[in-house]
Amino acid sequence: MDDKYKANEPFRFFTRMHLSELTGLRASTLSQLLALIKEIPGSSIYHHTHRFLLQYQYLSPEPPNDFAYWVSEALGEDELGEKLSSIDTIQYSTIRSLREKIIQVIELYLKDDPLAKLKFSRPGEEFHFIKSISFVLAANYTAGDLKEFAQVLDKITLDSIYYHIFEARLRLERSSNDFSNWIEHSLGDKELAQKISRLDPYSYTLEELRRNIIALIEKQAII
Amino acid sequence: MAKIDEYIPIVGKPVIDDLRLLADKLKGRVIQHINSTRLGGGVAEILSRMVPFLKELGVDARWDVIKGGNDFFEVTKKFHNALHGSPQDISGGDFDIFMQASRANINEVDTYGDIVFVHDPQPVALIEKKAGNKWIWRCHIDISNPHLKVWHFLKDFVASYDAAVFSAPGFSQRLPVRQFLISPSIDPLSDKNRELSREIIDAVLRKYNIPAEKPIITQISRFDRLKDPAGVIDAYRLVKKYIDCQLILAGGAAVDDPEGQKVLEEVREKAQNDEDIHILLLPQSDIEVNALQRASAVILQKSLREGFGLTVSEALWKAKPVVASNVGGIPLQIKHKNSGLLCHSVEGAAFAVKQLLNNPRFALKLGENGREHVKNNFLITRHLKDYILLFLSLYHPEDIVYL
Repeated sequence: MDDKYKANEPFRFFTRMHLSELTGLRASTLSQLLALIKEIPGSSIYHHTHRFLLQYQYLSPEPPNDFAYWVSEALGEDELGEKLSSIDTIQYSTIRSLREKIIQVIELYLKDDPLAKLKFSRPGEEFHFIKSISFVLAANYTAGDLKEFAQVLDKITLDSIYYHIFEARLRLERSSNDFSNWIEHSLGDKELAQKISRLDPYSYTLEELRRNIIALIEKQAII
Repeated sequence: MAKIDEYIPIVGKPVIDDLRLLADKLKGRVIQHINSTRLGGGVAEILSRMVPFLKELGVDARWDVIKGGNDFFEVTKKFHNALHGSPQDISGGDFDIFMQASRANINEVDTYGDIVFVHDPQPVALIEKKAGNKWIWRCHIDISNPHLKVWHFLKDFVASYDAAVFSAPGFSQRLPVRQFLISPSIDPLSDKNRELSREIIDAVLRKYNIPAEKPIITQISRFDRLKDPAGVIDAYRLVKKYIDCQLILAGGAAVDDPEGQKVLEEVREKAQNDEDIHILLLPQSDIEVNALQRASAVILQKSLREGFGLTVSEALWKAKPVVASNVGGIPLQIKHKNSGLLCHSVEGAAFAVKQLLNNPRFALKLGENGREHVKNNFLITRHLKDYILLFLSLYHPEDIVYL
């Protein structure tokens, strides 16, 4: 393989595991949901907009977030469900800004259709707010060049891919996903870095994302 | 019992590597599980696997059991039913019996663990022994609509724990302690879930005189009213009008469930002499349960209340189409029309069973999705990971923990 694919700094793979913490907070109506979305911790917004990615690997495309699913399924507000599920999450670089967008979508909807406030979910189908507790630790894998990187990527857990693509960018507020950052700054391949960061990770299953990133690397580097 | 590396072909090596990395962070801590029985029921089944796995990963895990007489277990069964929301006549005498046995256990049980992990209400009062160690209360029961007298009695104990763990979001209560959501799991290599040859399946069917050629609907459950075996027979009879099928109701009995025999008799009486209804008492016959599930065309779990409903995970793991009530932890396992069918009534259950029996392709797709969902979320490797994270969270109050 060409020397240009040797990195200045090796890429160290991390993994992220998560535990769900129950808040005891629940909503039966859209107004209650909205009020709680405004005050719950960011780790709860994060949980409800991202948990499907890891838990529903077999569904493609996955239901994008719990808020959208609940307003459609439990309240029958399909139009709002569609608006919430089509929020382009990748455009938001912080949980704070994502939360504001969700609030704005619900408030606008309620302004146009105040009767939506009157709907209640059935007993047992309330929305339960959950927080995501992340545990970050180094996985036993590093890559010194692009070939090694693709090999590790092929076998690393989906939790690790998830961490470097989703968590690093949105929850830890880094400028881009970790893979693109490393490829641009340690390998100097801006083009490949951009191709990876242009993928909309929310529209793939994690396994598809893995395959797509590996395919982009193989195409670029001919390894 | 399988070794941890034997799970690599199922979940992949990196998942097992991650477990080892995590377990290493618990070095030097003793984890002490305490429950009320070593045999029978889902809790004992999980602990009999969880504890050896934790040990194999290098975690010093141990398992102790409290003692109690028949009167104690009759009261705790009443508590169990009351927490599930079914009306019970609970008297002051019941609380006295509970406290009497609890006091004996408080005197006898050594709570030596750095983390004492108490399962279900029976040993909950042991918290009175809390010293400088960490205590977790693990509730395996659906307490979304509990009998308030019993819940308030237990809540005073739970409030002294460091954390509580529930199997479904709807079970959480207003408590002054951290609450976590951890689903239980199945072991894909146990006798109950491992692959079986056609010969073994046929031999089990022959043993119980069940013809293989007629479609089989099965519910595997303890004989417990909350599992609604009577409703299952009603649903079967509605299906039977249109499709010539047979029903298996099979389950074991647990040491801490004195009511089982009575329910079994009621079910036998309701079945009358229908030769297509097979009522089987299978104490600890895991391979037979496995074979019956694999021989079935549809698996039913028509519970009225459900702690989690591991029999649903077992069936989905075998890629079986499942019809199950929308209660407890079941909706976490089944997304309606994606990985099974949810129902709310006898008629709904019968309709769903007919749909599946008449549409084998749809049934196959649901079963395949279900297996994939269980693989991602409800195998013992995920459960081990969650428990280790839970133990670590007791020492890390923050939302993002760097280990």
